[in-house]
Amino acid sequence: MSGMLVEAAGTGTHLGGGETVAFWILGPLALAGAVGMVFSRNAVHSALWLVETMMCLGVFYVIQEAPFLGAVQIIVYTGAIMILFLFVLMLVGRDTSDSVVETLRGQRTAATVLGIGFAGLVGAGIARATTGLLVHGFGPQGARGVGNVTGIARLLFTRYLLAFEITSALLITAAVGAMVLAHIEREPGSRRSQKELSKARFLTSRPQTLPGPGVFARGNSVAAPAMLPDGSPARDSMSSGIAPQQIEPLPQGTGRRQLGSPDDALGTLDPAPQDLPGGRTR
Amino acid sequence: MTLNWYLVLAAILFTIGAVGVLVRRNAIVVFMCIELMLNSANLTLVTFARASGTLDGQVIAFFVMVVAAAEVVVGLAIIMSVYRTRRSASVDDANLLKY
Repeated sequence: MSGMLVEAAGTGTHLGGGETVAFWILGPLALAGAVGMVFSRNAVHSALWLVETMMCLGVFYVIQEAPFLGAVQIIVYTGAIMILFLFVLMLVGRDTSDSVVETLRGQRTAATVLGIGFAGLVGAGIARATTGLLVHGFGPQGARGVGNVTGIARLLFTRYLLAFEITSALLITAAVGAMVLAHIEREPGSRRSQKELSKARFLTSRPQTLPGPGVFARGNSVAAPAMLPDGSPARDSMSSGIAPQQIEPLPQGTGRRQLGSPDDALGTLDPAPQDLPGGRTR
Repeated sequence: MTLNWYLVLAAILFTIGAVGVLVRRNAIVVFMCIELMLNSANLTLVTFARASGTLDGQVIAFFVMVVAAAEVVVGLAIIMSVYRTRRSASVDDANLLKY
């Protein structure tokens, strides 16, 4: 990393070769992640695409002489915030897929056209306005020779001290707010007792528990349905949101049905019914 | 390569995030798009901090991250409580304030 930074540190408009290579590899990856996030139907896939984009941005921060922000990006964004997203996705149910119905007619087309126009205008404007932008950089020793983290800490506790303190108030408010919003206050006595629950269950058509997914020698995945005695999969054992997986059935037992009766194999004849004592039939 | 490629990349990422907010109906995905927009703003801040050789841009990007974290916590709690009453995370279903 340091070699790349030193290379790009001097004042000028052009950046080093290593940085150019990194940018042209990671930039398209970041764009692909963003596009994938918008266009994937499944919300979990969206979250994973976003993680990819954020990783690329973290590397960009490190390349651009902001190693502290790069580390925070990886730890806080991809580590904490995206896990929080996935956590809520799992709570809300990942099978709540997006509806394809357009509430406002032509909204999607309009949004896409608007987006392309906006990107063209802003991108071209910025590209023109910042051509020949001089890169002062921080020099090999970071800002004023104290390094990146120390420099940020100095600014944070001098010039931005008030903002920093207000941030603490913001964080505690957010934490309390989230607790208040996510907490459910139950009325005392509103919980049904086990006896009432049991009675209610026996009034339904299925008093017993649902069968669990299959556990077999050839696959113990939750996606494998349990088998009914006749060998067909039990529909009730499948959980919603997981596509059922076909497991290869075990070979049929080599029982009497396949090999025939051992009496036949030995050649001993079954006695005829009338031969049985007392004329009994088998 | 010059520095303004970073700015162009940030602009495109911002646009993709904005289009996602307009197009997607799932509230959680809308939130992710907002995160993408915040991230692209951060990239711009870091790039300009480097161009000017001062650390103020990086400090502001740090504050943006803090605010984004707080926003995600509250926003996801709101989505969860909406989901609890409406059994849906779609932004089209939350229309209680309409009438």
